[in-house]
Amino acid sequence: MLGLNKKDSTLLLIVAVLALLAPFILNPFPEGSSLAQFNAGYPDLMQRFVIFGIFAIGFNILFGLTGYLSFGHAAFLGVGSYAAIWMMKLLTLNVIPAIVMSIIVAGLFALVVGFVSLRRSGIYFSILTLAFAQMSYALAYSVLTPITGGETGLQLKATDRPLLSNLAEGEIGRASLFGVDMRTSFELAVGDWLWTFNMGYYIAAVVMLIAFYVSMRIFRSPFGMMLRAVKSNQQRMNYTGLNSKPYTLAAFVISGMYAGLAGGLMVAMDTQVGPERMFWTASGEVVLMTILGGAGTLIGPVLGAGLIKYMENIISKINSGILHEWFAFLPDGLEDALVFMVYPFIGKGWHLTLGIVFMLVVIFLPGGLVEGGQRIARLFRKKKADTPSDKDPEHHPKPTPHVAE
Amino acid sequence: MDAIILQILNGLDKGSAYALIALGLTLIFGTLGVVNFAHGALFMIGAFCAVTLQKILSLSHQVVDESRKDFLGNPLKVDVPYIYEWFGETTGQAIIDWSVPLAILFSIPIMVLVGFAMERGLIKHFYKRPHADQILVTFGLAIVLQEIIKYFYGANPIPTPAPDAFTGSFDFGVLLGFDPFTIIYPYWRLIYFAFAMIVIAGVFAFLQFTTFGMVVRAGMADRETVGLLGINIDRRFTIMFAIAACVAGLAGVMYTPINSPNYHMGMDFLVLSFVVVVVGGMGSLPGAVLAGFLLGVLESFASMAAVIDIIPGINQIIIYLVAIVILLTRPRGLMGRRGVMEE
Repeated sequence: MLGLNKKDSTLLLIVAVLALLAPFILNPFPEGSSLAQFNAGYPDLMQRFVIFGIFAIGFNILFGLTGYLSFGHAAFLGVGSYAAIWMMKLLTLNVIPAIVMSIIVAGLFALVVGFVSLRRSGIYFSILTLAFAQMSYALAYSVLTPITGGETGLQLKATDRPLLSNLAEGEIGRASLFGVDMRTSFELAVGDWLWTFNMGYYIAAVVMLIAFYVSMRIFRSPFGMMLRAVKSNQQRMNYTGLNSKPYTLAAFVISGMYAGLAGGLMVAMDTQVGPERMFWTASGEVVLMTILGGAGTLIGPVLGAGLIKYMENIISKINSGILHEWFAFLPDGLEDALVFMVYPFIGKGWHLTLGIVFMLVVIFLPGGLVEGGQRIARLFRKKKADTPSDKDPEHHPKPTPHVAE
Repeated sequence: MDAIILQILNGLDKGSAYALIALGLTLIFGTLGVVNFAHGALFMIGAFCAVTLQKILSLSHQVVDESRKDFLGNPLKVDVPYIYEWFGETTGQAIIDWSVPLAILFSIPIMVLVGFAMERGLIKHFYKRPHADQILVTFGLAIVLQEIIKYFYGANPIPTPAPDAFTGSFDFGVLLGFDPFTIIYPYWRLIYFAFAMIVIAGVFAFLQFTTFGMVVRAGMADRETVGLLGINIDRRFTIMFAIAACVAGLAGVMYTPINSPNYHMGMDFLVLSFVVVVVGGMGSLPGAVLAGFLLGVLESFASMAAVIDIIPGINQIIIYLVAIVILLTRPRGLMGRRGVMEE
């Protein structure tokens, strides 16, 4: 299907089904129950899942395939965001030109940054990308204020008059797709359950599926093979007469375009930008996502992005009152002790949990969650394979002597 | 002319902090070959050692003071630090006042312990892993350390003043024959600079003039051969890691009066320190120190009003700009050695 082999088609189908049914899957608990706070099926968070999924998929094309660790990817996201919001301010409120523009601008910016940074590898490359990103952040914050809005960032305002949109005097524009407001939601209530189907989410999800498909094709293409060669041994590749620079640069630009796409989508959802989107911690976050999920795997970055955004939004909401509620069945002293021990890891301390989980993954599971899943799967498979092997002599032929006696 | 001298002076204190952190980073990289992203966190822990010591010294209990009355006419309850009772009021006050310099002594054993624990507990297992893994795991560690500090000390900066004796400013202009009040420089920054020079000189002297330092230098040049000579180089490198942690910690302790410490100060400095290390040349100790001061001074020059008028925003980006130019023209950095971090 679509030029993919059977296994990849299945993966794509699974991802598509999960993405389309996400409003159901992420809201498994009825409204008002004590577990309802674990529901992640509200539009804002679901949009974040897919948008950061796209960002991480793009980052993975660079880091997962070529091994070049960029610490400045948030700059492309930020540049894409600014491009998108200017399209919406000046041209039209339709999101498609905005998103296309964000991809193009981020791609051009990535071309410049990549052309310079890729002259070095290893940690030098990381520092160079970091330097470029910090520079863009500092400039967006200070000198470029006329373009970027400085500290306050940019929003759609009542004074904006997009060329192609007919807005009434004083009306604040809203992002739309051919007239359909991105914030349109359809709510479905069955019993105590409430599911929200949001226009913006579905657009982002479809874009994510396309992005995922493209990354799959890149992974399976000869071009992807070249990128893997860069990772495994660039020197040997150069000795065989191949110039690796165009390949790495192409990978860098593609992943920058993905970041721009994510930035454009973000603007399409919430129609605002601020320079903090380009700060280096934002670049660090996408690194965390990719590693946590599994660098170099197809589905890993999406999983990592989902996990981190879920933790950020759900764990950080738990407070000590809720903890007391949970552990209420325990004797008082034990309850307090347990709450005391768990408390630093939740609420505002969710970064601590994230840091610990991340360290554990890097130490014990360099392949991320995907490798964890594979190991568990292998464990089961081995058990299955072990049992029949005794009864099946045909597949375990006795060794025969090499030389006839 | 006076403006130039002022900018050089202004750059020196920030440059000292960069140089100290970069020195520690380079020590770790040169000996263990590990890229330590948690080094900024060590700087921050040092700063919080000073905060902790100040808190410990000001521990107090309430005492009823019969001689004074509150507005209801009852005897007034006053908080009296224990230290006043032990050493008398004047000495006690002086000790609290001098808590930042005292924190130097307090922080050394703590930083050494932290350094040992970090190296033996975590970094030891990452010698053979790729540099990307080292960056990632120490990045995670930095997040964890930062969050732990945030949990105990809160997210707000904690003011930690310098001793009263050093709060004023020094009029440099008079000394050099300019008009008074043209070049004013706070005492504490001068002290910070002097302190940084002493620490840097100490580290270099230690490496240059002791047998231990000689072995470490030999190990940096060729680890395997030193090991073959029957020297336990790993243990010495662990000690060097602890020393590097100590240097970062001391830089943090002394920096607290300049900027009130908060939990993310380490990360703010780390990014710049890495740029400094790379500009100086990976694995080169003099390079790290030189680049630290150079970038500090350049940064303060770029923030002069006259310069900003010509190139707006240059003060924000000068360090990165210099780093990019140097990396592209001198790929090994200012004083980098051949064969370090080259694929």
